[in-house]
Amino acid sequence: MSARSIFARPARLAAIAPYLWMALFFLVPFGFVLKISLSQTAIAQPPYVPLFDLTAGWAASKAALAELSLDNFKLLVSDSLYISSYLRSIFVAVTSTAILLLIGYPIAYGMARLPQRWQPIAMMLVIVPFWTSFLIRIYAWINILQHDGLLNKVLLALHIVSTPVVWLSTDTAMYIGIVYSYLPFMILPLYATLAKMDGALIEAASDLGASPGRAFWLVTFPLSLPGVGAGALLCFIPIVGEFVIPDLLAGSGSMMIGQTLWLEFFTNKDWPVASAAAVVLLLLLIPPLLLYDRLQRRTLRGGS
Amino acid sequence: MTEESPEITPKANGVTGPAKPEPPSQAPVGPAPQLEPAADMPLLRIEGVGKTFGSFRAVDRLSLDIRAGEFFALLGPSGCGKTTLLRMLAGFETPDEGRILLGAKDIAQVPPHLRPVNMMFQNYALFPHLSVKDNIAFGLKRAGMARAEIATRVAEMVALVKLEGMEKRKPDQLSGGQKQRVALARSLARRPQVLLLDEPLAALDKKLRESTQLELMDLQRRLGMTFIIVTHDQEEAMTMASRIGVMDAGRLEQVATPRELYEAPHSRWVAEFIGDVNLFDGEVGWRENNRLLVTTREGVTLAVTEPRQRVTKATVCVAIRPEKVKLSRRAPVSDAANSHAINRLEGVVTDVSYLGGLTAYKVKLESGAVVRASMANTARLDMDAYLAGQRVVAWFTPDDCMVLEQ
Repeated sequence: MSARSIFARPARLAAIAPYLWMALFFLVPFGFVLKISLSQTAIAQPPYVPLFDLTAGWAASKAALAELSLDNFKLLVSDSLYISSYLRSIFVAVTSTAILLLIGYPIAYGMARLPQRWQPIAMMLVIVPFWTSFLIRIYAWINILQHDGLLNKVLLALHIVSTPVVWLSTDTAMYIGIVYSYLPFMILPLYATLAKMDGALIEAASDLGASPGRAFWLVTFPLSLPGVGAGALLCFIPIVGEFVIPDLLAGSGSMMIGQTLWLEFFTNKDWPVASAAAVVLLLLLIPPLLLYDRLQRRTLRGGS
Repeated sequence: MTEESPEITPKANGVTGPAKPEPPSQAPVGPAPQLEPAADMPLLRIEGVGKTFGSFRAVDRLSLDIRAGEFFALLGPSGCGKTTLLRMLAGFETPDEGRILLGAKDIAQVPPHLRPVNMMFQNYALFPHLSVKDNIAFGLKRAGMARAEIATRVAEMVALVKLEGMEKRKPDQLSGGQKQRVALARSLARRPQVLLLDEPLAALDKKLRESTQLELMDLQRRLGMTFIIVTHDQEEAMTMASRIGVMDAGRLEQVATPRELYEAPHSRWVAEFIGDVNLFDGEVGWRENNRLLVTTREGVTLAVTEPRQRVTKATVCVAIRPEKVKLSRRAPVSDAANSHAINRLEGVVTDVSYLGGLTAYKVKLESGAVVRASMANTARLDMDAYLAGQRVVAWFTPDDCMVLEQ
């Protein structure tokens, strides 16, 4: 047996493993969801028809297949509830990502410029909120934002406002919650890009006559764009499907698609429509996912 | 100005070009017009400059004058402060004390982007997101040069470093040698009063390094610019520089031409740092005309020529370069005038290293001291080579001996 084949077999297995994982825990469940999205709702257990029964034989399966239809997808495009949910999701995700970028970039930049021995500590501080459950942190925000919560107390004490401000059940509260929760996902890729940047490049820029501000915009910022892209997509993609934060902090006026999904699934028990909405959401997220993948590949290949 | 490339001769500033007055709109880049320095005034004067990092004294009250048009090398072991000194000239470090006068202006506290000097970085520090052309144009754009003029200057620079056809490439599509050229073109584009080069050839392989050394020298001569290079490679410094400052522990040990450094080092440290040397510690015996007789610790008496600077100490160190030590099977036949003067040391060859162009020998004397000698292999079939174990006489003239007092 040659040395090559000794190593080749486990190596090939290792390469297959992630695909196997994806097939088992993503593709198969997605197949179920796709099938349900093509079914009709029914008062039954499970609440949809047709059902495939492999024991019933080939003819029965074929008949069931014929019953599948695109009706649920037609409903999605015809009902403004769904379209407005999608639009709101994308709007909230874009706005949140922009705010995250504006807050996260200076923090990541500051971290990357810290003395070497302080950087791991700063990194810890960014990660430390993850030690507390996400749900508890959101409930903590409810506490802070409520009528007689910490925020209003501070604002009143400082005489910034004279009467308590309504924070809870507003978009502002939702944005606070989203930005707070997703900030580490924005900071970490940005920090990774900024920290590995060669300081000599900034020196070269200033040597060639660029003021510190110009050097930042002409060298640091363009070279950090892969990090900006990674951070933005890492936040944008899950925010589009966000359910808990808008549900707990935002008002009931308009819903994000995650909330609509929840409503269809649990309140209306309309699994097929909920599944169709989920499939469309996934399709919407494919372009940004592909973009993220391309950015990651480029970063792996070594920067530019 | 060379005939074959008149277009690359700088014309925009008074230091590097012919003294042709130009309207300011034509020369937006490069040093601001300044008063012609007095004849004895150096272009760059470093005065008592010091820099401490924490408890480490990187540069220790160092003073140095550099004249316009010089190719000056800062040479020293790593950690000697040469790079810190260069970075202070570029503005990346601020001296704790002292002045750095460029022309008549103290630039010690001026930030790097406002200094009329440019630096070529050790690992080139090319902007990876910009093409060759945009890298070279970077400094010109910052200077607010007109677009058409930038294009002309970039083309000029590309031709100067022979990178025609590569303008659109990104740095990661270039070889090491090509990157080095882009870095050079970029740092020269603004026509700085002084070009600082931080180990510019360290990343190149030996062959390329040698040819690039010659190109850099040629370029410096043609442009008439002042180059200050930092290097730890003494051969590189000796090849390129007109003057070398040898640094150790934040101080300049000696500033001299390459030849002076090698043939007349000021100190034992410099003698040992530059090239190979045999050292004999001894006492000055008597003195006759311009000859000293030094009795070494090994009990050998050496006749040496007293240097111009008279020796005042009783204890000295006699230094002799290996290639000045000759070997022969018998004591050389000496003519009447020189008979007493030739130093002869008898010993046994212990080590022979054939190095191609020359062969290095180690000769163990009866006293136990080892003398190193090297002889050029001037004939292909050398029947005269000495073998290990052979008894030989190592000899050298008093003129070839250097007397070091420190």
